[in-house]
Amino acid sequence: MMNGNGEEFPKKLQLYSFSTSSPSFSVRIALNLKGLDYEYKAVNLFKGEQHRPEFLKINPIGFIPALMDGDMVLADSFAIILYLEEKYPQHPLLPCDLAKRAINYQKYIGDNVGLEEKVPWVHKHVGKGFTALEKLLKDHAGKYATGDEIFLADVLLAPYIVGYLQRYNFDMSEYPLLSRLAEAYKQVPAIQDAMPEKQPDFPIN
Amino acid sequence: MTTAGAEELPKKLQLYSFFMSSSSFRVRIALNLKGLDYEYKAINLFKREQHSPEFLKINPIGYVPALVDGDLVLADSFAIILYLEEKYPQHPLLPHDLEKRAINYQAANIISSSIQPLISLPILQYIGENVGPDANIPWIQKHVGKGFAALEKLLKGHAGKYATGDEIFLADLFLAPQIIGLTQRFNYDMTEFPLLSRLSEAYMQLWRFHVWHVIVMLSCMACYIRKLQRFRMWRVT
Repeated sequence: MMNGNGEEFPKKLQLYSFSTSSPSFSVRIALNLKGLDYEYKAVNLFKGEQHRPEFLKINPIGFIPALMDGDMVLADSFAIILYLEEKYPQHPLLPCDLAKRAINYQKYIGDNVGLEEKVPWVHKHVGKGFTALEKLLKDHAGKYATGDEIFLADVLLAPYIVGYLQRYNFDMSEYPLLSRLAEAYKQVPAIQDAMPEKQPDFPIN
Repeated sequence: MTTAGAEELPKKLQLYSFFMSSSSFRVRIALNLKGLDYEYKAINLFKREQHSPEFLKINPIGYVPALVDGDLVLADSFAIILYLEEKYPQHPLLPHDLEKRAINYQAANIISSSIQPLISLPILQYIGENVGPDANIPWIQKHVGKGFAALEKLLKGHAGKYATGDEIFLADLFLAPQIIGLTQRFNYDMTEFPLLSRLSEAYMQLWRFHVWHVIVMLSCMACYIRKLQRFRMWRVT
């Protein structure tokens, strides 16, 4: 598609995402916060669509979420968010202060425990991460995880505590700070719009 | 320590580290590459020293590795390395090009989120005790295989002498300890992964990796091998 000067319009960003996947949710939040327009490409992990040739052709690694930015394809939510932060500096996701940035980089909830794992040790592992986060953020939290603005730590954390805690029967009383943050996150439009229920591929039943 | 009329000398960096931990290994490489002097504080995870009151007082989260830089205590190897990169910019651990940086982030995170946590000591102990000692090997094969297959594809168009070019960057800091650890502890078969095998050779050529690895092997491993073999966390010969 060309504009009046004969130059090609830059391609929109494309996000390969699954509605209920926490890492996909994190990337959607980051895109919304930065006001970045993107095309939503649903990939149903329950149906194994990440293994289909059409998807593997675009992203040979087969991981979700994956971001396409022009010729570049990038998977892994942490890598995608850091890339977005470096390429699209509006609404910074990291504070200026080095020590505060370092707190935001510390992530105790890994991507690998994001999706519907029913193995009990995963539950235990995530619980351990939540306990670590309660301690880590205790001295840093303001309205949000590391202060009064939304930063990287919130983008990575929100999917795991908005809804996740209840869905997997975590005892909320054990995580008072995370519970408070969950309530705060529910009020943020960029997070609301990124919720699984609002995505085109959210399963109806 | 002060001299008359002068400011207090900055404290040296302190690294709380476990010799066998690949996450600790990553941070040691970063510190060495940047020429940063640090005090090594050993925490023995087998002896559960990460739960000792002395350590928890410094680092309430109890995770290893942990870096102390003045008043800041930081855990999580990825966070530590990014912090070192921002605070001590000598010998950059990330290239300038945005896409190449992104590939480094992706490779590092495949290892730190999708491989290492799934084959960590507590996980393997849990599986060994609750499923059976022989369940560890297929578990490791599955998860490492998946991660390494992803890395082979990811790095194919980008690798040079090292993972993302001809210089050591972030991806190499994560990759080297993982491959070295797996081949040493489990005699992991790398033939399916020709690029990673080649990189492994390159890493072993570098004196920094090799010297540390030899020191580690000579100093402490023998004490723990029998215990690890019982839980199939070390190859049984």
